Amino acid sequence: MASHGLEKGQSVQQLIAQSRNKKGKKIIEKSMPILLIITALISVFTTIGIVFTLIFETFEFFQRVSITDYIFGTEWMPFSGNEPTYGILPLVLGTLKVSVIAALVAVPLGIAAAIYLSEYASDKARRIIKPILEVLAGVPTIVYGFFALTFITPILQQLIPSLKIFNALSPGIVVGIMILPMVASLSEDAMSSVPNSIREGALALGATKLEVSLKVVLPAALSGIISSVVLAVSRAIGETMIVSLAGGATPRFDFNVTDSIQTMTAYIVQVSSGDAGYGTTIYYSIYAVGFTLFIFTLLMNLLAQYISKRFREEY
Amino acid sequence: MVDLKTKNENEKLIIKSPSQVDREASPSIEKSTVFETKNFDLWYGDHHALKDINLSIKENEVSAIIGPSGCGKSTYIKALNRMVELVPSARTTGEIIYRGRNIFDASYEVEELRTRVGMVFQKPNPFPKSIYDNIAYGPRIHGIKNKKILDEIVEKSLRGAAIWDEVKDRLNQNAYGLSGGQQQRICIARCLAIEPDVILMDEPTSALDPISTLKVEELVQELKDNYSIVIVTHNMQQAARISDKTAFFLNGEVVEFDNTDKIFSTPTDQRTEDYISGRFG
Repeated sequence: MASHGLEKGQSVQQLIAQSRNKKGKKIIEKSMPILLIITALISVFTTIGIVFTLIFETFEFFQRVSITDYIFGTEWMPFSGNEPTYGILPLVLGTLKVSVIAALVAVPLGIAAAIYLSEYASDKARRIIKPILEVLAGVPTIVYGFFALTFITPILQQLIPSLKIFNALSPGIVVGIMILPMVASLSEDAMSSVPNSIREGALALGATKLEVSLKVVLPAALSGIISSVVLAVSRAIGETMIVSLAGGATPRFDFNVTDSIQTMTAYIVQVSSGDAGYGTTIYYSIYAVGFTLFIFTLLMNLLAQYISKRFREEY
Repeated sequence: MVDLKTKNENEKLIIKSPSQVDREASPSIEKSTVFETKNFDLWYGDHHALKDINLSIKENEVSAIIGPSGCGKSTYIKALNRMVELVPSARTTGEIIYRGRNIFDASYEVEELRTRVGMVFQKPNPFPKSIYDNIAYGPRIHGIKNKKILDEIVEKSLRGAAIWDEVKDRLNQNAYGLSGGQQQRICIARCLAIEPDVILMDEPTSALDPISTLKVEELVQELKDNYSIVIVTHNMQQAARISDKTAFFLNGEVVEFDNTDKIFSTPTDQRTEDYISGRFG
């Protein structure tokens, strides 16, 4: 198009028609959707591939270990030379201990922070605090891990002398701190989207600000708050670095939180970074554990979806 | 104000409900004042929204406030229950005396005022809760927990808002499943549940269809036997139909405040006449 302005008698419509008839444009128009579909399919196939590998290798594992022993076994001793046992319950319990402690930390603090941000904070305070909260969510988990091991654990040991170096309490608290911004931020979104007219309705009845927050806004935003909690807990279940560093590597079938534990994720790290040979039962066991973990987080995500649909408040 | 109670007003007595007549015939002819607004000014930042308002709202009357958009009529009734304070830039001078006390006194608790002075909003704003919980919300936050008493209050309030028959079989359903007109009557019932003294209504029918509007208007007529009502409306026919007194607001000032019959038949101010005859606004 080395033209210098419109030629005589040439209309803009003619120029448009010329351009429309170009071959290249038609090819691009036709081929782009195909390219886009391919990129979309890549992620779908990757997911399917991962799940398929998990299922395949897990199946291989269960050729060697009885599935009932795996699900109901209370001893996880894969490295025991003469008679290794593969009972998943100690690892599940380790994961649950950490997740429950994390939820106990993150849910009350997160919701309280959300109430403050949505109902009490001035615009200025909100503009400062929210980004800080989001920075907290961006801290690498390995940093949280040694924070738990070298800072939180020693402090806790002052309070609870019987606390071991590796325990469930310290990583639990730190995982709670890690998921707190997620609970706070998503819950705040849910509460902020409750229309102001509803708050005014309650205020006009003589309700105090606290009564409006707790008895009108909180229930109205409940579905969003619950699904934020479920999502955060599913992150806690899948959390790896913090529990590997500060939780220890002793699978235990009890409810003690002051002793060393091992979570499902930490076990996978232990085996992956060790020298378990390809094709050994230990090698296959990490797929079985990974698959179990996948089931857990999948269920949590489905639960979150169900809750946000089921309890959606209409306003 | 007394000499303005002319023949018109006396004739109206005949068509009023018996209870109304009884009370008006009782020894204290002069109705007591609910709200006395004295030299009241209000600013939003630099914007002078209300200028030197002097108005007195009487008991068991419907006082309508009319005027074009932006004239300050909504601002005025939101000042009466201090909802206007939700706007951070709002500031006021002058006094609004409610039953002998200036509501802007530092010692006057805003929750106490709003418990006595209820409000119905322009757009129905029920809580996203069941119909029952909507009505019971007010009594509950004020400490009434007894289930039997709450049941009674809910029924009485819904009857009072003329919606009991429509919802009595679905009290546990979400209030948002109702039509707009029904929602608005739920909001009125919610307001009645704490038995306020005054009900402020901020264009309560502007989001409703004509039939729902008619129902709410009839309801206002019934409610004035027991409550004092201040209603802001865009609709001049509505003011003429349902109110006893009418105030005409223009650019933040009260142009005229008088008996409704007088305002709509022989207004004193030219601007009032221009407005009610549809020449502007």
